[in-house]
Amino acid sequence: MVKRRVYVAKVEELPPRIGFAMTVDDKKIAVFRLSDGRIKALENVSPYRQGPLAEGTVSGEYVYCPLYDWKISLLTGKVQEPDEGQVPTFEVEIEQDDVYVWA
Amino acid sequence: MTKEKLLLIGNGMAGVRTIEEILDRDAERYELTIIGEESYPNYNRIMLSNVLQNKMTVEEIITNPMQWYEENQIELIHHDPAVDLQPEAKKVITQSGREVHYDKCIIATGSRSFILPVEGSKLEGVIGFRTIDDTLDMLNRAKTYKKAAVIGGGLLGLEAAKGLVDQGMDVTVIHLEKWLMETQLNEKAGELLRADLEKQGLQFLMEKRTVRILGETRVTGLEFSDGSQIEADMVVMAVGIRPETALARQAGLAVNRGIVVNDWMETSAPGVYAVGECAEHAGKVYGLVAPLFEQGKVLADFLTERETAPYAGSTTYTSLKVSGCDLFSAGIIRESEGIRSIEAYDGLANSYKKLFVQDNNVIGIVLYGDTSEENRYFKMLKQKQDISALTSVSLLSSGGCGGAAGAADNDVTQWADDETVCGCNGVTKGTILTAVREKGLTSVAEVTKVTKAGGSCGKCKGMIGDLLAYVLGDKASTAPTGICGCTDLSRDQIVVQIHEKGLTTSQEVYRELGFRNPEGCPKCRPAINFYLNVAFPKEHADEVASRFVNERLHANIQNDGTFSVIPRMRGGQTTPEQLMKIAKVAEKYDVPLVKVTGSQRIGLYGVKKEDLPKMWEELDMTSAQAYAKAVRSVKTCVGAAFCRFGTQDSMSLGIKLEERFEFIDTPHKFKMGVSACPRSCAESAVKDFGVIGVENGFQIYIGGNGGTEVREAQLLTTVATEQEVIDICGAMLQYYRETGVYAERTAPWLIRMGFQHVKDLLLDVSKRAELLQRLDEAVEGKRVNPWKKAVDSKQLQRELYTVGRG
Repeated sequence: MVKRRVYVAKVEELPPRIGFAMTVDDKKIAVFRLSDGRIKALENVSPYRQGPLAEGTVSGEYVYCPLYDWKISLLTGKVQEPDEGQVPTFEVEIEQDDVYVWA
Repeated sequence: MTKEKLLLIGNGMAGVRTIEEILDRDAERYELTIIGEESYPNYNRIMLSNVLQNKMTVEEIITNPMQWYEENQIELIHHDPAVDLQPEAKKVITQSGREVHYDKCIIATGSRSFILPVEGSKLEGVIGFRTIDDTLDMLNRAKTYKKAAVIGGGLLGLEAAKGLVDQGMDVTVIHLEKWLMETQLNEKAGELLRADLEKQGLQFLMEKRTVRILGETRVTGLEFSDGSQIEADMVVMAVGIRPETALARQAGLAVNRGIVVNDWMETSAPGVYAVGECAEHAGKVYGLVAPLFEQGKVLADFLTERETAPYAGSTTYTSLKVSGCDLFSAGIIRESEGIRSIEAYDGLANSYKKLFVQDNNVIGIVLYGDTSEENRYFKMLKQKQDISALTSVSLLSSGGCGGAAGAADNDVTQWADDETVCGCNGVTKGTILTAVREKGLTSVAEVTKVTKAGGSCGKCKGMIGDLLAYVLGDKASTAPTGICGCTDLSRDQIVVQIHEKGLTTSQEVYRELGFRNPEGCPKCRPAINFYLNVAFPKEHADEVASRFVNERLHANIQNDGTFSVIPRMRGGQTTPEQLMKIAKVAEKYDVPLVKVTGSQRIGLYGVKKEDLPKMWEELDMTSAQAYAKAVRSVKTCVGAAFCRFGTQDSMSLGIKLEERFEFIDTPHKFKMGVSACPRSCAESAVKDFGVIGVENGFQIYIGGNGGTEVREAQLLTTVATEQEVIDICGAMLQYYRETGVYAERTAPWLIRMGFQHVKDLLLDVSKRAELLQRLDEAVEGKRVNPWKKAVDSKQLQRELYTVGRG
């Protein structure tokens, strides 16, 4: 399936360490601004019982699922031990002050 | 070969302990039968006063549950006392007519409350204080009656009186002598005790002889020898106990005050033994637990044919189980020919000690207030240490010169292995150390389970703790202590550092205190944010990103990622107008579930995040914070407004409490209930702060929990006005905020802090005012409806509630 570039928000509209949820077609996406300014995007669904990751606690390069506390890398989408799994990631592009994802 | 039949008459502490000792020595030797009068298995009678004082439950004082009888194949003939003992025929007949044959028989019938032989002593409402049933009877009566009179200002009477005060009764203690506990205390200590108990709400009538109990069918009052009278709805007789010897007498055994036994606990009849309060050894009858257990050991040795030293009498001591009145008494405490004494009184610390000395030996001890040196003195007394080398000063004080020896006496780790740590159960230091080492025990509770040390009066638990720390050493200190995996620091260490270093942001805390995870985890982030909010309410800016999603969005996240909306209905009161608004919103937004919640509110469940601000705006109601670690809504009953039983306006008080304290963060949720009568329809007994209206005011209960670990709230006090209820609530909230561990409910918090400590603080009017002031300062300007904030702020809506579309 062909990906397209979708506008998310302006950088300053994304508060650090608070996820932003969005839907693109039937895809659910969570966009995060880390404390160091990097912006990352994951599928907004935890592999365990579909917890909405955008509502999770962000710490450094990880987000914790708000429902079951699974720890997931914001950089790679990899579920951290002791749990296992993978969350799809989305490429983020920043142009001027505008944030886009490829979805 | 068939086993010998051993019969125990009396299912109480002394007898059952003897059986336990026999089982320990030779579990296969006897076929065991126990006959008991009461309908409970063996329980710890000493702890009845704790049940009355709300410190323990009946279940907690059962020492041998039914399972124990089954496991040891003991036949228990329950609730059916022995009425006829025939030593020649070696049989016993019970009340129901059952015949039990034995080869050996132990009598351990204990004693009964002595009921004064005065007119009216059989009236309804006159009770002794001896059994679980007596205690339950008192608890029951305390719910409906107001005035109690306790006859007898001894150990038992004072513990009963304190318990009844804790149950909310007006209690007067009537005592025949000039000062309280006159057989254990001298006049000075007796007066100090009385003053302290008066502060705790007890009233006293001294040097009064009761001559008549007034009343037609049930008790209404007392009359004294000087003609004066007082009113009373309940009379507790605590003038002493009498050994229960009827069965032995009827069987023709030698009986004086108690059943006469020799050094092997043998009675005058062959094959019949007696232990405990019913037995008289060398002219002495004991009413304390330690001697009974010592007797039980001798008898167990004897019945299992082990070599043993004859029972040579016991040295006893007394302490009182009333918080804030620490006292210790042992030995001979009267001056007479050849007995001299030294004493010291510290008026500032309210502590007093007096030692009685004869031939360079301590033979009597009275300690009041500071009892920390009871072990040191009791050891001197028991071991008949020669004290001629000690000066009066060094004898009275373990510090200063000559202090080394004193300090060693107090330090259980320095004791010899054969010295007794638990006096009640006769457990030595060596026994405890062996158990800890061989069975790998790590807690006081485990030590008690295995060795019985600490299982009776519980005074020695501190020493057991010291021994555990001594043996476990490093192992104890390497256990994880940190609040989460990011740090090894405890809550207290973190909070102290926050104050000392003046840290005002989470970032500073994580950096300065060297957290392994520089941005923390979901466990410590909200905790640190909370501690900072409490420590520096003005300087610390609340960190939304550190709050759990519920408190960030002001809605409770559901298992499918949707949210709930629960508007505030103060005191559980609503109006047709509110209900119509809720109905309209629920319909418009197609809310999948509308439900009445456990706290008397209406919840809308399954709401989409992006709908939240619109629904709040249309509802135009405030948030009930049903998602937050904060003061929750107050549950109330209908109360005096409509209810036939209501004594107070519970709804109005509930609404006032809610208005005064809503939107205040606490370590965990803080639930309240206000009921207008003891039927407690608002379930006040399982609330963090529960109020029960009574005729003359409000009973306040704290630390209850109806959740994962059900815990009954404890009666804090009874106050006359709504304002006092509100002030005490605010002071408790602030103290909980200042000292609570994040996510710790008030029930464990109260246990950790100590009920008495919290009580002393909240009932101290000036300390209460200080706490209230700190609370008001800390939350000033912050108690706002968060829904309105979101409705009014386009920025908040965009940042927190918008779902982007691509």
